[in-house]
Amino acid sequence: MSEHEVDEATGVETTGHEWDGIRELDNPLPRWWLWTWYASIAAAVVYWVLMPAWPGLHGYTKGILHQSDRVAVVGKLQELKTLRGVQGAKLANASLEQIEHDPELQAYALAAGQAVFGDNCATCHGTGGTGGKGYANLRDDVWLWGGTLEDIQHTIIVGVRTGEPGARDTKMPAFGRDQMLTSAQIDDLTEYVVALSRRRANPAAVTRATQVFADQCAACHGPEGKGDQTKGAPNLTDSEWLYGSARSDIRGQIWNGRGGVMPTWGKRLDPETIKALAVYVHVNAGGQ
Amino acid sequence: MTVVIDRGKKTAETRMEPVSVAARARARADNGGRLYQPRVPIYPKLAHGFWRRVKWALLIVTLGVYYITPWIRWKRPGDLPQQAVLVDFAHGRFYFFFIQLWPQEVYFITGLLVMAALALFLTTALFGRLWCGYACPQTVWTDLYIYVERAFEGDRNARMRLDAAPWSFDKLWRKAGKHAVWLGVAFGTGGAWIFYFHDAPTLIRTFWIGQGPATAYIFCALLTVTTYVFAGFMREQVCTYMCPWPRIQGAMLDQHSLQVTYLRDRGETRGPHKKGETWTGRGDCIDCKACVAVCPMGIDIRDGSQLECINCGLCVDACDEMMDKVGRPRGLIAYDTDAAVAARSCGQKAVYKPVRPRTIYYAAALTLVSGLMAWGLTHRSPLAVHVLRDRNPMFVRLQDGSVRDGYTLKIANRTFYDEMVEVSFSGPAGARLKLPGQIAEPGIVRIPVKANAIRSERVFVNVPRKATSQANTAVAFVVRAGQRTMTVPTTFVSGDAP
Repeated sequence: MSEHEVDEATGVETTGHEWDGIRELDNPLPRWWLWTWYASIAAAVVYWVLMPAWPGLHGYTKGILHQSDRVAVVGKLQELKTLRGVQGAKLANASLEQIEHDPELQAYALAAGQAVFGDNCATCHGTGGTGGKGYANLRDDVWLWGGTLEDIQHTIIVGVRTGEPGARDTKMPAFGRDQMLTSAQIDDLTEYVVALSRRRANPAAVTRATQVFADQCAACHGPEGKGDQTKGAPNLTDSEWLYGSARSDIRGQIWNGRGGVMPTWGKRLDPETIKALAVYVHVNAGGQ
Repeated sequence: MTVVIDRGKKTAETRMEPVSVAARARARADNGGRLYQPRVPIYPKLAHGFWRRVKWALLIVTLGVYYITPWIRWKRPGDLPQQAVLVDFAHGRFYFFFIQLWPQEVYFITGLLVMAALALFLTTALFGRLWCGYACPQTVWTDLYIYVERAFEGDRNARMRLDAAPWSFDKLWRKAGKHAVWLGVAFGTGGAWIFYFHDAPTLIRTFWIGQGPATAYIFCALLTVTTYVFAGFMREQVCTYMCPWPRIQGAMLDQHSLQVTYLRDRGETRGPHKKGETWTGRGDCIDCKACVAVCPMGIDIRDGSQLECINCGLCVDACDEMMDKVGRPRGLIAYDTDAAVAARSCGQKAVYKPVRPRTIYYAAALTLVSGLMAWGLTHRSPLAVHVLRDRNPMFVRLQDGSVRDGYTLKIANRTFYDEMVEVSFSGPAGARLKLPGQIAEPGIVRIPVKANAIRSERVFVNVPRKATSQANTAVAFVVRAGQRTMTVPTTFVSGDAP
C-alpha cells in the first residue's frame, strides 16, 4: 500500500484498509494518550530498577529498594508485639479485679479477650458464648466449675478432663453402659431427676429411685441435687441442662455419663491473654 | 445573553481564499504540536478608582484573616488546645472559639457549606459574581501576584516590552526577583494553612527543625506549589477552564442581576473622538480600549456579559477615568442589569427588581438553614448517649428463669469537665440494672465519664420471669448528668414468653 489516499470529508489519510466500503482513517494517536503510554514505559523501567521484578534461575532481581512483603509483615508483627507489650505489661501487673474495674484496662481486656475468644473458644462455645448441647453456656449465671474471676481464670488455665495434671477432672459413671444400674432403675432415676427440677413426674418411680439417687448420685450432685462446683457436678434443680432437658436426654446422660473436654489453655496462651479472656468471659456473663 | 469568545478562532487569513474542508480540519487540529491552544498572555494594567480601592481593602482583610486566625489563642480548661481555631484530626475534634465539634457532629460543617452555597446563590442572583471578583482566593492571590509582578516589571506596557525583549541582566534580575517573591508568598500561604491543623506556636518550631508531622510538610508543599502555579501562571485559566462556578452561575443570574455591564444604549455607536468634535449622533464610547487593558481576564466587556467575566469592576474604574478626561458623565461601564440596558435601548425607564422569585427562594432557604444551624448549635446536648443492644446472644435465660439482656452504653461527655452520669432503667416491673461485678439491684448505676471523652460501659438488665409477657418490650435508659436528663429508648428482648 504505497499510495496515500486522503479522505475528502476529514482531510485525513486512510490506512488503506477497507471493509465493505468502510475505510479506516489514519488519525494519529491523541498526544495525551501517547505521552501516557511513553510515561508508563518509563515508569515500568524505573519499577524494574526499584522493585523486585525479573525471575532468574536462582531467585529474582531484588530491586534497589529491597521491597519484600514478607519482611514487611514480619516487621508489622514485631511492631504489634511491641505495642501489645505496653498494655500486656499492664495486664500482667494488675489483678483480675483491678482490670475489671479500670475502664481503660477493661476496654483493652474486652477487645483482646473478644479476639482470643473468637479464635480459640468460639468453635465450641459459639461466637456469642452461648454454647450448645454439651458445650457450656458462658453467658448465663450457671457455672459448672465456678463463675468468679478466679474460677474462670483457673478453668481456662488447667482445662477440663485433658489428662494433664491439675486439670479439672471428674467423671460421671456410665451407669447404663457399664451395667452399674439396670435399665428399669435408670428409668426411675430419670423420673427422679425430672422431679428435682420441679416438673411433673411419676410419683411411684420417684419413690423407687430415692435410695438409688442417695447411693449413686448424691456424692457429687448433693443430697438435694444442687450440684457441686468443686466437682463440676451440675445443679439438677434449675432449668439449665447441658445435655438437654427432655427425659430421653436425661436418661441418655445417666446411661452414658458424658463429660466434655476443654484444652489446657495455660499451655497454649500466655498469662496476659488468659487474664483478658477471663475478664471477657466474666464481664459478658454479667459478672458473678 | 452569554457570549463566549473563542480565542482559538483563526482570523482573516483562513477566510481569504476558499479552502477545502480537509485543509480547514487539518488547520483546526494543528496547535503547533501542543496538547491545547497556547495561553495568550494577559498584561492587566493598573486601574485607579473606587472599585480598585475596594479590592485592595478586601485583599488586606481576607489575607489578614487567613494569616492571623491560627495565631489567636483561646482559653480552654485542662490539657485542651488553647488555639481559637483548630482542626484537630489527631484527636477528632474541631475547635472554633467557644464551639467544639465532634466528628459525629459533622452535619454542622455540612450546614455551614449549605449556608455558604445559598449565600453565594443569593448574592449572585442580586449582584452577580461578587465572590469571583472580590473574595475568591484565586482572585485575591492573583491580584497579589500581579501587584508583585508590577513592582518588579512595571505596568502593562513595560511588562509587554520586557517579555518581548531579549534576555539581559535587567530582565534577569526583574524576573528572578518576581519569582522569588512569588515563591515566598506561596510558601507563606502553604505555611499558614498547616497552622489550622496543629498548635501553631509548637508547629512553627518543630517545622523548622524537621520534626513537624509529615502531613504538615506535604500540605505546605502542596499549597506552595498550587499557589505559585495558580496565581503566577494559570490565573484566569483557573476561572475559565477549571472552576465549575462560571458554569453554575448561569442558572443564578437573570436579566435583573446586577453585573458589570457596558451600557450599549449609551456607548454605541462607538468610535474615536477628537477634542472639540461634537458628541451628537454618536455614542460615548471612544473605543480607547482602556477597559480591555485593565481586565485581568483579558476580555472585552463591551461584548456583553460572558463566561470569563468575574465581575471585578476594574473596567468600571478604567472607563470612568476616561470619561472624566473627555468630559462625559461616568458610568458608561457600570454595575447595571441587562433588563435596564434593554429598557433604555427601547426608550423606556429602567426598572430594578431586587425582589424576584429566585431571590426570595434563595433568601428563604438561607434563612431556614441559618435558623436550623443556630437552633442546632444552641440546643446541642453536651451529653450524647447511645445504647447498643447485644445481638449475640440476644438474651440469656438465668438459673431462676429470669431473662437478662446485655447493652453497651456509649456516653459521650462533650463538656470540658468530668461528669458523674447516673443511669437508670425504665422497663417492666422488677427489672434490675447492673454493671458487671455488681449485685443487681433496682435503682441507679453511677458511671464517671471524663471530660471531652467517650465512656463505653457494659450493663445488664435482669427481668423476672413473670414480667416478660411479650418477645420484645419497649424500654428506655434514663441518663442524668447534673441538671440534664435524657431518655434513650431501646428494646428488651426475651424471646418467647416463658
